[in-house]
Amino acid sequence: MDSHQTPIVVEAEHLRKSFGDNHVLKDINLRLAKGENLAILGQSGTGKSVLIKCMVGLLFPDAGRLLVLGKDVADLDDRGLDEMRMKVGFLFQSGALYDSMTVRENLEFPIRRQMRSKSSAEISALVEESLENVGLSEAIDVMPVELSGGMRKRLGLARTLILKPEIMLYDEPTTGLDPITSRGISSLILEVQEKYNTTSIIVTHDLECTRIVANRVVMLEKGICVAEGTYEDLRQSNDPWVRSFFE
Amino acid sequence: MGKAGGIYHAAALNDFFKEVSYLALFTGRFFREVLPPPYELRQFIRQSYLIAFRSFPLVGITGFIMGLVLTIQTQPILTQFGAEAWLPAMVSLSLIREIGPVITALICAGEVSSSMGAELGSMKVTEQIDAMQVSGTNPFKYLVVTRVLAATLMVPLLVIIGDAVGLCGSFVGVNLNGNISLHLFFSKAMGTLNFSDLLPAFVKTFFFGFAIGLVGCFKGYYSSKGTEGVGKAANSAVVIASLLVFIIDMIAVQITSLFFSQA
Repeated sequence: MDSHQTPIVVEAEHLRKSFGDNHVLKDINLRLAKGENLAILGQSGTGKSVLIKCMVGLLFPDAGRLLVLGKDVADLDDRGLDEMRMKVGFLFQSGALYDSMTVRENLEFPIRRQMRSKSSAEISALVEESLENVGLSEAIDVMPVELSGGMRKRLGLARTLILKPEIMLYDEPTTGLDPITSRGISSLILEVQEKYNTTSIIVTHDLECTRIVANRVVMLEKGICVAEGTYEDLRQSNDPWVRSFFE
Repeated sequence: MGKAGGIYHAAALNDFFKEVSYLALFTGRFFREVLPPPYELRQFIRQSYLIAFRSFPLVGITGFIMGLVLTIQTQPILTQFGAEAWLPAMVSLSLIREIGPVITALICAGEVSSSMGAELGSMKVTEQIDAMQVSGTNPFKYLVVTRVLAATLMVPLLVIIGDAVGLCGSFVGVNLNGNISLHLFFSKAMGTLNFSDLLPAFVKTFFFGFAIGLVGCFKGYYSSKGTEGVGKAANSAVVIASLLVFIIDMIAVQITSLFFSQA
């Protein structure tokens, strides 16, 4: 994808983030063009999740600039952050489903707060459509605790997609799932991108998921972007560390 | 005490003051967020119902036993002095002014504060609080403000229930060794109570409720990650809330004696 012709929706420049003496992000530079699927690969603890949490204002960078949809996240007030979060969906590693609510209530929760003008019938239709998109129509009235790991991920995805975000951030979408369910989730990510024309960042260390969904891959090592390219480019890289990741 | 012991105590003192300052900031945030809209009315009603529903059986049983035991233990002493007729008045004064509010608040500290600490702690661990935030909902308003307000209003209600059931227990206690009608018992019990007994006792229960809700939410909202953190949040919520109940009670007694001191 030629990022010079397509609008840039996420841009990080010299991003730094530390927790005490632990310097998690040391100097991150990346750009994400509209419609692109970018996978961020790296070992555990290299700052992948911290990076996407900064993008949605759950964490704030200590230094550098992070533009999401043209706005610097660090400059946004609470209202600005809420407006930005309407356009940026975040799928948590655990699904982060509200376990005191049914599946239906989980999906209604963001709509009732963000689309107050919608009638109950419209909300119900949106909930049913979202569940249908992820193949969970039959689970509408059950509690999240009754769902399997894969179903929880799909429900988390449905809840995130219900607000029709422009950018989707996936935090380890296939971790803890069996290979078949992982492939199902990866295919779902692609379907979502095609159907809603979203731009996605997928944080993962699942190579199969990366191969299926990513147009471009960025590799993080100790808080720095060490390699960038397509899946095939990186798989055949001359850098032994990069190549070792794909073996 | 060696150097290591000194360092340990200095670190503990540092942690204590940090905790107090975080709690003060948390309280400040509550007051900043309580008035501006949106109002989470449904969640507030749900939390109020849960607090009252969860604590009612324990408060009722404990209140009944308190009234009964207080009566049975006091009756022989008053009989010795020929003051048995004062028994209902003495029990109602003790129950309504001091024992009822404090015991009910301690039960709520154990029941309500711990469950708030554990619930919010587990929501934090499973990233549900973060999920609320990224869906554009203010989790502080939705989770904390509603719970603290519900506790502030429901604890006084539970105290009233506890006091009423306690007086019923006392009536049963009096009738174990004597015979007094319900009407006469309550006439004597209520006849000696006046404004200066009821008002301070009732007002302090709002502060008890506020402290119980606030501490439970604070410990849960800022619990460390992992199941151990959830356990610690629930446990420390009970300990701190119980301690605060006694501190508030002590302050309330001082203020009451300042404004309502009898000549």
